[in-house]
Amino acid sequence: MANLDLETMSQEYYDVLKELGNIGAGNATTALAQMLQCKVDMSVPQVRLLEFQDVASLMGGEEQLMAGIYLGVDGDITGSIMFLLEKESARHLVSKLMGMTLEGEEFSEMEMSALQEVGNIITGSYLNSLSSLTGLCIYPTIPSLAVDMAGAILSVPAIEFGTLGDKILLIQTQFFDEIQLDGYFILIPDLESYGKILSSLGIM
Amino acid sequence: MSEIIKVGMADLKICVSPDAVTTLGLGSCVGIAIRDPITKVGGLAHIMLPDSTQIKNNSNVPKFADTGIVELIRQIIAKGANQSRLVAKIAGGAQMFAFQNKSDMVRIGDRNVEATKKKLAELKIPVLAQDTGDSYGRTVIFYPETGDFVIRAVGKEQRVI
Repeated sequence: MANLDLETMSQEYYDVLKELGNIGAGNATTALAQMLQCKVDMSVPQVRLLEFQDVASLMGGEEQLMAGIYLGVDGDITGSIMFLLEKESARHLVSKLMGMTLEGEEFSEMEMSALQEVGNIITGSYLNSLSSLTGLCIYPTIPSLAVDMAGAILSVPAIEFGTLGDKILLIQTQFFDEIQLDGYFILIPDLESYGKILSSLGIM
Repeated sequence: MSEIIKVGMADLKICVSPDAVTTLGLGSCVGIAIRDPITKVGGLAHIMLPDSTQIKNNSNVPKFADTGIVELIRQIIAKGANQSRLVAKIAGGAQMFAFQNKSDMVRIGDRNVEATKKKLAELKIPVLAQDTGDSYGRTVIFYPETGDFVIRAVGKEQRVI
């Protein structure tokens, strides 16, 4: 288990992660729809192992403004999870949640906490589904929010993956309500936890 | 026409005036700009982790402060700089999130800055200026012609150090 290598991951493993991503994002979408009290659709998530550089390009460049929610997980598995949303999508969600149009370019304190709540619900429902699928106890820590350049936000998971290799495992999901929202999950379990997730599903 | 050469994450590039080097969206990583003021040869490294000796998979030289700085200097000297004249400026090393769970990942930005300064001191390269820490991302551009290190951040005035 310890020598599990992201670079040489099998197709089967990808399929499992994709399915986990799919179910997790599905739950997150349902939670989002309940919160916004409207219909939210999503596309089939894409799971990709990308070079650090390519992750930011995918999101529209290193300087693209993004909202990132980052939290630790503890329990049977340890690691962290990040959910990223393009800033305009984040503004859309917050204005919908608060039932008003946002003024100005920057988020107010109130809007930041609404955004944090959106992030809590999305990441929480994601982890819930991971937990019920695997039967593992997963406790999220208090999430933290940053609105900044994609490159800067991504440096955090990149550094965590950086201790293992030069790639990031990214789950890309598109949500649709009135507009298309691009959301990205980055799961950062430590290597041992990858093994635990897989063996709990009977893969390894 | 002068060119601005882009440096990615865990990457380094050198250039000769009037060209410049840039890296976008530095977060907890550190951007290390070094130049020879006489020959106007310079370069920029975008390092992610403090210490290559702590990591098993450490073949990516520009990823670490220790090996990245050594390689940057090697390339700058190969391009005609003199080691005794080299000077440095550094930026980045922010803590992007208020909370980070893994104990060794706490303060990774600070640790990157510390490791960078330690390595530069070891190599006797003075750090002329720095814009590090805090909790926001930075885009930097380095001009070996003047030594100007331009720093941009979201919602902040552009700074030159």
